[in-house]
This record gives sequence, C-alpha cells and structure tokens, in this order.
Amino acid sequence: MSPHTDIISETVREPGPWRLLAGRMLGHKGVVIGGAILILVILAALFAPLLAQHGPFQQSLADRLQPPFWMRGGSADYILGTDHLGRDYFSRLLYGARVSLLIGFTTALISGTIGTFLGIIAGYFGGRTDSVVMFLVTIKLSIPTILVALAIVQLVGGSLQTVILVLGFLLWHQFAVVTRATTMQIRGMDFITAAETVGCSTPRILATEVLPNVLNQVIVVLTLTMASAILIEAALSFLGVGVQPPTPSWGIMIAEGKQHLFFKPWLVMIPGVALLLVVLAINLLGDGLRDVTAPEKR
Amino acid sequence: MLKFLIRRVLLAMAVALCVSMLTFGLLHVATDPAIAIAGEDASAEEIEVLRVAYGFDRPLYVQYADWLSNAVQGDFGKSPYFGLEVRTLIAERLPVTAKLGILSIVFALVLGIPLGVIAAVYPNTLTDRLALSVAVFGQAIPNFWFGLLLIYVLSIQFRLLPASGTEGFVSFIMPMIVLGTNAVPAIMRLTRTGMLEVLGSDYIRTAWAKGMLPRQVYVKHALRNAVVPVVSVAAIQAAHMLGGSIVVEAVFALHGLGSLAYESILRSDIPTMQAIIILFSGFFIVFAALSDIINAYIDPRIRIS
Amino acid sequence: MSVEPFVQVESLNIEFATARGTIKAVRDVSFSVEQGKTLCIVGESGSGKSITSLGLMGLLPPTAKRNATRLRVGGTDLLSLDRRAMADVRGSRMAMIFQEPMTSLNPSLTIGEQMAEMLTRHRGSSRKQALEKAAFWLEKVGIPAATNRLRQYPHHLSGGLRQRVMIAMMLMCEPEFIIADEPTTALDVSIQAQILFLLSSLQRELGMTMIFITHDLGVVSRIADHVAVMYGGQLVELAPTADLFARPQHPYTRGLINCIPIPGKTKPGAHLGSIPGSIPSLAGKLQGCAFAPRCDFATANCRTDTLALRETGSDRAVRCLYPIKPNASPDVALEGTQ
Repeated sequence: MSPHTDIISETVREPGPWRLLAGRMLGHKGVVIGGAILILVILAALFAPLLAQHGPFQQSLADRLQPPFWMRGGSADYILGTDHLGRDYFSRLLYGARVSLLIGFTTALISGTIGTFLGIIAGYFGGRTDSVVMFLVTIKLSIPTILVALAIVQLVGGSLQTVILVLGFLLWHQFAVVTRATTMQIRGMDFITAAETVGCSTPRILATEVLPNVLNQVIVVLTLTMASAILIEAALSFLGVGVQPPTPSWGIMIAEGKQHLFFKPWLVMIPGVALLLVVLAINLLGDGLRDVTAPEKR
Repeated sequence: MLKFLIRRVLLAMAVALCVSMLTFGLLHVATDPAIAIAGEDASAEEIEVLRVAYGFDRPLYVQYADWLSNAVQGDFGKSPYFGLEVRTLIAERLPVTAKLGILSIVFALVLGIPLGVIAAVYPNTLTDRLALSVAVFGQAIPNFWFGLLLIYVLSIQFRLLPASGTEGFVSFIMPMIVLGTNAVPAIMRLTRTGMLEVLGSDYIRTAWAKGMLPRQVYVKHALRNAVVPVVSVAAIQAAHMLGGSIVVEAVFALHGLGSLAYESILRSDIPTMQAIIILFSGFFIVFAALSDIINAYIDPRIRIS
Repeated sequence: MSVEPFVQVESLNIEFATARGTIKAVRDVSFSVEQGKTLCIVGESGSGKSITSLGLMGLLPPTAKRNATRLRVGGTDLLSLDRRAMADVRGSRMAMIFQEPMTSLNPSLTIGEQMAEMLTRHRGSSRKQALEKAAFWLEKVGIPAATNRLRQYPHHLSGGLRQRVMIAMMLMCEPEFIIADEPTTALDVSIQAQILFLLSSLQRELGMTMIFITHDLGVVSRIADHVAVMYGGQLVELAPTADLFARPQHPYTRGLINCIPIPGKTKPGAHLGSIPGSIPSLAGKLQGCAFAPRCDFATANCRTDTLALRETGSDRAVRCLYPIKPNASPDVALEGTQ
C-alpha cells in the first residue's frame, strides 16, 4: 500500500535457509533472552543434586522458617531459607524446577502429538475429516480446562503421571488449529501434487512432505503449551490436587507458604518469582520463534 | 442472517450435548460414584447397597439419559455432600461469580483495548514496548500467586483493601484485577494487531485525506474495523475466567461457583461437579455463539451474505 | 501583472528511510499551476508522481522526510502549517481522490456517515444538514436514488459508483484545489470516460485548480492544460499540452509519445515504440540524469553532471543536457523505433 518504488537489488550470494534461520534467531532479543534463561533453568534442574546444599526432603525442625541469606536472621547454610518443616528452600526450588519442566515438556509433547496429527489430517483431507476435527476442537474449547483437570486428577488420584496424562489430553487444540491452517495452505502447493502424481502413499506424503513444513509452527505452539502446562500444574498443586507433598512442586510450596504470608512472605514470593521467570522465558522464546519463522504474520 | 443464526444455534446445541456426554462419561469412569458417596471406609456391602439405590449399577448410557432428561428440566440432582439440590447450590453461589466475571471482563477491556490502540498508534516506541511488556507479564504470571502478591502489598503492607470476604465492591477489586489481568494480554495484542493492519488500509488514508482528526480516524474509522476479532476473543476470555475463578475465589475466600466447584471436587461430589462443568461449558458455548452473532452484526459484509 | 500561481511547488524532495538505506523517491521537483487550470503529472509506476501528491497533501508515512523551499496552495504556505492546521486544510480547501475505489471507502460505515462527516468536521453542519447535502452531491455526480444510497454500505456499490461517491465526498466542502491520483485506472474503460467527464465538468463548475496524475497520455491530451513528466523521482519536462505532444524536448517524453499507436497513422503490424531498460533504483548515491542508462543520446556527462531544470521557451522547461531541438522532425517519432 505504501507507494514504494521498485528496487533492483544487487545479486548477492544468499546464505542457506538454516543459516538464515539461525541468524535471525540469534538476532532476536526474545529468543536469546528467553532461550538463555530457559537453558539456565534446565541446567539448574539437571544439576540439582550437585547445586543443592541439602536434600529437598530433609527436615530439620530446629531450623524451620529461616529467611534467605540476604535478610536478617538468614545464613549461608540455607541460602534461600527454610520452610515450615525446616527443609532447604533452595533445594526444594531446584527440585521443583524438575517437576515443572518435566510436566511442561511431557505434556507439550503428548498434546503436540495428538493435536498435530488431528490438525494435519483435517487440513489434508478436508471435507468430512475436517468437519469432525473442527467439531472436536470446538468441544475441547468449550470444556473448562482447569475445572476438568482438577476434577479428573482428584478423582483418579493425584500424581505426576496423572497430571501429565490429563493435561496432555486437554491442551492439544492449539496444535490442531495451527497445523490445520498450515496444512491447508500447503495442500494446494505443487510439490504435494507432484508427490501424489508420482504415486506416493498418503501416510508417506503426510510424514515427509507435510510434517516438515508444519514443524516450525508446531515448535512455537510447543513452547506456548509448555508454559500453559506449567501454570496449570502449579495451580493444581496449589489447590492440593495433582502432585502430592512431599514432592516439591512450586505450587505446593506456595500453598504451604500461604499461611505465613504476613511474617514470612519469601515462602510465597520465591517460588512465585521462579514460576514467573520460567514461564516468561518460555513465552519470550515462543513469541520470538514465531516472529522469526513467520515475520509477515506479526 | 437468519440462516446464519439458526445454524449457529444448532451447532451450539450439538456441542453442548457432546460436552455433557463426555463429562458424564469421564466423571463416572474416573471414580466409583458409590464409593465417593459411601466414603472410603465403608464396607463392601454398604457400597453395593448404595450402588443399587442410586442406580449406579445401570449401564452408563442409561444413567446419562436419565441425567439428561432431568437436566433439561433444570433438575441436576442432589448433592450427596451438601445434602441440597444442586440447582439450589448453584443459584446460591452464582451471583458472586457473575459479579466477579463481569467486573473482570470489563476491567480487561477497559485496560486492554486502549493499551492496544496506543501501542498501534505509536508502534515500536517506548509506549508500545511498555504495553507489550504488560501483555507479556500478564500472560506469564500465575494468577493464584498474583493474588497473593496483591494481598501482601495492598492488604498487609498498605492496609488498603480487605484480603477476603464479600463486603461489597471493595472485596472484588483485587480478585477483579487478578482475573482480568489474565485476559488483558490477549485483548491488547489482538487490538494492536488489528489496529496496525487496519491503519495500513486505503480507507484510513482516505480518512486522513478528508482532514479527519486523529481521534476520529483512530476510533471511528479504525477501531470499528479492528475490534471485530477482539469481540470473539473477549467472549472466549470471559469463559476462561470462569475456570480461573476457581483459583481466585479460593485465594480470596469468595463464595462463588468457583469455590463450590473446588469444594465439590475435593468431596468427590459428582452431581455438583457435573452440573458446574456443564454450566461453565454452557457459558462458553453461549458466549462464543453470541460473539459470532455480534461480529456478524458489526461487520455488514457477514450480515448480508 | 503576474498573479501568484495557485499552486507553487519549489524544490520538493521526499526521502524514505528503509532497511536498505535511504530511498530518494522525489528529487528536486518544482512546478506551478495557475488557478483553475489542470496540470497532469505523467510517468511510469515508480516515477514518484503519487508520492509527490501525497507529499503535497501531507499524507506521507512517518518514515518519510519531506522538504521543499516552497509549497504554497492558494496563498497558504503549507510548510508552515502544524498538523492540526494541515488537517483543517485537507478535505476543506485541498482534496484528493485516490486510485482504488474498491478499498478507499470504509467498509463498516454507511455512505451517508462517511460523507456527512466531511461537513460536520469542516463546516460545523448538523448531522441532518450534512446528510441532506450528501444526498444532493450524490445526485450531482450522477447517482440516482440518493437518499437510499446514504444508508447503504460501500460493498453494495460497483467500482464506478464507489468512485463517484469518492468524488462527491471529496468535493462536498467545495475545495479550491484537488489532486486526482489515477482515479480511472482501476475502472472499466467504458466508465473511465464518464468519470473523466464528471471530474472535468465539476472542476469547471467549482473553479477548482486540479492536478491529475496518470500514466495514460490519452487522458493527458484530453484534459490537461499543462503536463509535467516525471522519471525516476525527477521532473524531466514541463510544457503546455499541445507543445508537449507536438515538440517533446526530453528523450523520455519523446519515447513515451512514440509508444502510443495513432489511429490512421501507425501502420498495422508496425512495431510500437518502446523504451528499452527498466526504471532505476532510487537508493544510494544518485548522480546525473536518471534516464541516462536508457537514453539513446546519453553521454558521459549525462551520468555525472547535476542537471537542473532549465527553461527552454515560454512556459517550458526541461531537465536535459541535450534537449531535442524544435526543428527536429516530429515524424521520426511516428514511424516507430527498431
């Protein structure tokens, strides 16, 4: 629309597409910052046993409710203080990171598989298949996620596995919508027609032609779903449903710290900030990836 | 338009039916309703007696049909935990949640749309980045923690607001902020994107060429066209808020549907759970249908086709 | 006895800051238009003609930089106006009609709404009065059942009707000056003539000064009093219409005229003239004549010297080191090149 004049660009040797993508990713602030924080958190979670001074389940009632080291009464023994049972907060924070990350990744993978599959077949086959999948998506959208997750996890019995499975089956819709749209776009393109003409079997086409082209969108949704999963799990464990104590989930830590909010606010603040940071990092990364892989859609 | 209306309503009903079936199935499969009522310490015979008495031994689809025929008449059964009719419970708790929901969505729109417009009018400036930062934080912050944070700052440190209870509007301020903040990012971003796209249109150039003032161009000419997708998103966000109300009502000790849902879940009170899930889904389905219909009304091109 | 020309543009330069560097879209453009007359600005797409008009109207995007030594319309110095003052002038004393009628009207406002706001904004009319005036103007531009049309939305109307609505809308405040940017290009050939006629007669009736942008020399021959030829962001020739067609002085102008088949004269099957090459990049350092790479007569100087617009006769100017002399045979052009 802007009345720009045509510019004849000079012929330059352009770097290959992967190089370009990597370049754009590293140049994008969101990707770099989000990615860096996420990597740090992952490393911290992985090396938790090495980094923590005490075990996360080790109780020491004599040392209970100590503040972090920068506050009066704190010590270098428990750098982030202790909780109401005298457990090292830093240690619980690190191990809590494991819980969040594990749930985030696994849930995203499960829902990603379900959603991508549904989205691709809907976009590729169109017609009846598409209508059915879209109807399923509508139903899924109408279901109140947290409520149903709460109900089923509580009824079945709270545990890490239950949470992962339930959330995996509740968070697939965005994958479906996004991959369906992309697949529909790709559907009409020549290389698909070529593959069909040559006689490639449909599953083969879906796997080798459609899937790779849909992948960059899927990765973006993966990150965003991971963030959702982490937040929902935290809410579930905050409400006492899902991962059970003494497992250190950040949500549980906040719930346990709630009654001490008045005098010992760090019990609530520290895990909350951790949650905020991790989710923020993932969102930044996801948004950044989205920008980098489809800049015209911004 | 009429044909559109009818089709949309039929779709809504089909979805509602499927959701109710799905929920019913899931709830009755996830746990044994007889044990839920009898309690874990009950003996095997007691459980059997209960099972027959409540009809839990019948095939699932029969139980569902039974439930459905009652539900359409407004009878959602009786809560084994509270001992009251489910519909009474719901009617009792609905006003609080309704009030919270309405306040929250209004808050989200009042905050989100202007932020989005400002971000679009001054793209890539500090204002834009600030607005986007608000969006980014709003999406990342866990709502239950945000609530506790607000309580700590506003109730404990500054004694400005009550931490809990339902003493009129004041008690709703913090819950409203928490619940609304979840929706602000989506609304703001969508408004911003929509506005940016619209502002590049030829007809906006015409509006400028006519000598229209900025306020007129941005609101009367641009926002009108940009707001269409925001309406649908607002409806969806409103429905999500219902889910979020569980957490918010728990944190702020409000006695609404959300806390009813939480309590019924903790007590394995299946009839109440079922009813609330259907209710929340129903809200979403109705809101989504409404927003589609409103969109069609605002955009005259849909209205005619 | 010179009365100041109604429109005076002197040394207009417009640049865009882009990721690839600065693009000089309009370079040192100067012209003037007498009151009530029509100037046609001609050029290919990319010549800078539309941007010149947007620059005049103050409708450039924020990434653009405009400067000029003089920009006067109807005695008002446009360079000295702040944004509010400029907005007051736009639509009220200066108006612009755009090329794309299909997308230039707001799809969610009724025709009446969009038109009426011209008067409520600029003339302080009440809504009722404004709507009445709108109906009056719709009839004036040849749209029947005007009062019904007011309630309709743009998508109810065809392209030709929408363009008439545009014209009516832009003329409602009876501006003194109007810029028409290729208003007929996107329309059917049959409608084009009607719209042209409409514009011309309204111009005469309201005594407006008009700048008409086009790439169609046929249109130019019909409505222009003067012609300004633009190429590569520069103004290369200025002349009264008849003179331009009879004795073009700039090689580019001659090339353009050669491209037109002339009924009766051009032999069937003869090659139509064409100008080899393509329009230049406007980024980076620009030197010499923009047309030099495609010009049959270019010398080394043409590529390096800074060329100024030189007067070459009464009311004529050319930006060229070797303008075509008046006694060169005009028939050379009509045989077609190559």
